[in-house]
Amino acid sequence: MSWYNPADVGFSVRSKLADIGDAARLFFRLFRLGSASFGRPRLVSDQVFFLGNHSLSIITVSGLFVGFVLALQGYYTLQRYGSAEAVGLLVALSLVRELGPVVTALLFAGRAGTSLTAEIGLMKAGEQLSAMEMMAVDPVRRVLAPRFWGGVIAMPLLAAVFSAVGIVGGWLVAVPLIGIDAGSFWSQMQGGVDVWADVGNGVIKSLVFGFTVTFIALLQGYNCKPTPEGVSAATTRTVVMASLATLGLDFVLTAMMFSI
Amino acid sequence: MQKSRHDVWVGLFVLIGAAAVLFLALKAGNLLSLNFDETYPVITKFDNIGGLKPRAAVKSAGVVVGRVESIGFDDKSYQARVTLQLEKKFAFPKDSSAKILTSGLLGEQYIGLEAGADEKNLAAGDVISQTQSAVVLENLISQFLYSKAADSGSPAAAAAPASGAKK
Repeated sequence: MSWYNPADVGFSVRSKLADIGDAARLFFRLFRLGSASFGRPRLVSDQVFFLGNHSLSIITVSGLFVGFVLALQGYYTLQRYGSAEAVGLLVALSLVRELGPVVTALLFAGRAGTSLTAEIGLMKAGEQLSAMEMMAVDPVRRVLAPRFWGGVIAMPLLAAVFSAVGIVGGWLVAVPLIGIDAGSFWSQMQGGVDVWADVGNGVIKSLVFGFTVTFIALLQGYNCKPTPEGVSAATTRTVVMASLATLGLDFVLTAMMFSI
Repeated sequence: MQKSRHDVWVGLFVLIGAAAVLFLALKAGNLLSLNFDETYPVITKFDNIGGLKPRAAVKSAGVVVGRVESIGFDDKSYQARVTLQLEKKFAFPKDSSAKILTSGLLGEQYIGLEAGADEKNLAAGDVISQTQSAVVLENLISQFLYSKAADSGSPAAAAAPASGAKK
């Protein structure tokens, strides 16, 4: 394997392309299996329970503390310019537009994505997926698709909870602790946050991240080497790839949504 | 279909998520202040709009009565052509005048509408001819400097011809 041998270069490019093609095919397969998954809502709702409800505690606590810190840091900067009341607007805009979807996606990758990868990887290592195929049960349809759609449903809800709890956290620091007037805190926020441009685009972002993170987790689990090392490497790759994809996509989405 | 013990918790989770979205839309956002009232377009022309943006407020006596819909350029009169959408429930006389104002020292710019005395009211597509442009800081400073120079220039010219000769 060397970079100057044309045959090796060709092989590596071809296998990379094949990987990308397989991933894209799996993605569209999962996407098309949406109706089939919702035809058996029990499977999807179980996954919403495992991915969503179990992530609720970490999301709530992180959101609260991110809101606290945003209010403290925002107040520190804003009071220099004599506009401490705008701290509500700062907290709300940062959470709704950026931090809500992004931090939730990062936490979701760590909390739910890894469990998905490990679960699918162990099913593959234990040859449960092959056993299903032997019984003419499609593992993509029966195992992967409900998990995919469960994650896609859970992620925007978690991001909304994160932003809402963060705003409450910002209020707790700004109004009772620092002593900013509650009326101007809310009115500045309501004056500056647009429902469609800010809240709506934040929800779209979190939906896109839900697709990305859940899909990467499932793909890594489905393609992992069926060994203990393979499963652990796949779990690590899920966190790294999902986090990088989230941050990269966030830049692209922000550039598309907000700068034009 | 049989019920499972997860159903309650999944339902609660979805409800909490929906409540969070609602909270963001109503409490943090301004969904309640959005109105879906019918509007009518009125066109205004300004020599200079400064930093006016689409969706800026149109206020009369400080109350929001409409929004700026679009801003264009008229290459016949070389003026900015600003289309306003005024709410249908508010009628204004035909000779009303529009000004571009700034909320606070560094705040956003908005259009102030002052009612005239005409018997007829503005209809859809009418043009408001009496307008006052935005105050541009550079123009203001140069005006100030010129008037300062003019004030101090005449006695100074008499007293010290050397400095007056520069003019």
